[in-house]
Amino acid sequence: MAKVLVFIDNPGQALKKASLELLTIARSLGEPAVALNGDLHDDVAATLGAYGAQTLYRPSAADLDDYLVGPKASYLAAAVQTADATVVLTENSAEAKEIAARLGIKLGAGVITDVVAVDPDGTAHKSVLAGSYITTAKATTPVAVLTVKANSITPEPAVTGTAPATVTVEVPETATAASARITARNEKAASGRPDLAEARIVVAGGRGVDGNFGPVEDLADALGAAIGASRAATDAGWIGHDAQIGQTGKTVSPQLYISAGISGAIQQKAGMQTATVIVAVNKDSESPIFEIADFGIVGDLFQVLPQATEEIKKRRG
Amino acid sequence: MKIIVLVKHVPDAQFDRHLTGEGNTTDRSESILSELDEYALEAALQLIEARGGEAAGNKVIALSMGPAGAVNAVKKSLQIGASEGVHLSDDALAGSDAAATSLALAAAIRHLGADTPADLILTGMASTDGETSLVPAQLAERLDLPQVTFASSLELDGATLTARRDGDAHADTVEATLPALVSVTDQINDPRYPNFKGIMAAKKKTITTLSLADIGVDPAHVGRSGSWTAVESAEARPARTAGTIITDEGDAGIKLVEFLAAQKLL
Repeated sequence: MAKVLVFIDNPGQALKKASLELLTIARSLGEPAVALNGDLHDDVAATLGAYGAQTLYRPSAADLDDYLVGPKASYLAAAVQTADATVVLTENSAEAKEIAARLGIKLGAGVITDVVAVDPDGTAHKSVLAGSYITTAKATTPVAVLTVKANSITPEPAVTGTAPATVTVEVPETATAASARITARNEKAASGRPDLAEARIVVAGGRGVDGNFGPVEDLADALGAAIGASRAATDAGWIGHDAQIGQTGKTVSPQLYISAGISGAIQQKAGMQTATVIVAVNKDSESPIFEIADFGIVGDLFQVLPQATEEIKKRRG
Repeated sequence: MKIIVLVKHVPDAQFDRHLTGEGNTTDRSESILSELDEYALEAALQLIEARGGEAAGNKVIALSMGPAGAVNAVKKSLQIGASEGVHLSDDALAGSDAAATSLALAAAIRHLGADTPADLILTGMASTDGETSLVPAQLAERLDLPQVTFASSLELDGATLTARRDGDAHADTVEATLPALVSVTDQINDPRYPNFKGIMAAKKKTITTLSLADIGVDPAHVGRSGSWTAVESAEARPARTAGTIITDEGDAGIKLVEFLAAQKLL
């Protein structure tokens, strides 16, 4: 049976939903194992067992977080060899994709990014050119490395859980030699809102919010949504760059995307047009966003959004 | 100092883009210099200008891999201010995935550094067509260079490079020693446009064309046959169509909530 290695970088106190999704996909492909970096809490180990992980690999070095990407790829390459894995699954974050990239060269393995589904034979499905095409691709090498987007599958625990064994993987001494060092780290304040890439609902604001994200934030909180923004809004400094959705920002694929005060130029659409339902609010009836909206409102977002927020609160009593 | 900037000729993202023909490769008929590469070029120009420019022996080489048309990305780079251009072009490169692309580019970079190795390889954060972001990291791995990716600021003090990298949960300060590979985000600078002087000056600059034979790469290791991934099928996603559009008459917020409730999204 194929051995499938899931890489989880710093799981923290509890596993993210995206990690549980990877484990669920791993079980459909073969026998899952996990390569971790960072601390391993008892709860996390128990959850990994419940999701069917047979073995947990941990690095012999504790300083991988002090460097950018390279040493983590070296560790993961050693873990793949120790586990004798033929498929490696990672999340689809910028750093995870780069670890996958270097791992691919180290192992002579094909890397497929932005995967949204994997067939049992390893065929990967992804959307390309800003969501305008769906493609299937396959690694032609003995080992395949796939980076999988969050919200690709509903996570499900294994029918029978395991008590996984822990194995230490020797990180090669040369791993840190030609690597960039991280000399300072500034943690960003947690917003308490869902992670943009993983959120089921996104409310995004653009030029039309004119510096005031208040109504967007209020509606997002009423819906339990993440907040996004167009490049115009992040360039203006109204909100952090990490909220940017679009070709040079994040690509999101939520069940509901509410666009407020965004015209919907093609670069913006590139980041959100695979959302299941799109709602648009814009004063300008000619905005291209209305061409793809399931429900469009020509109106002032400063009237429409607060009214919608109040109505949601009222209905929820 | 010697900086190599990777520039890619990509389909203009302002228009609908298509996959075409054998192997589902991207239709490149309406292509331009990738917008994201302009930030890398600007960063390179600023670094050499702060060190006395070309007069002080510094240079910026714009390197593009791609079919005949890709030379236009090199030309545009020369107009913006690159010192010289290199176009890696060979029929056998068609259909290369990230791994094969990085193999060819690594060989070209070694070739260009045969006399004086480059101090810095600069790239954009991703191409605007493939959008995988794999090539910079794979190049760093193949060239055994420290990688400083997604830099939103870049400073160079002697041989020590310091950059800021913004993640979702934290922003890091990253340090590396030259030679290094750096990819930059669109937050790093405001790229300049080619002016008349630059356009005229570009006509006198050299563009070198390299084939796989020139850089010592076996054609079997690149292109579709040398790639480690294969696209098996591609289907155009049906275009989204407009749904219901209403004009606010004072109750659009309530109608919006009714719509969400009907879609079971509340």
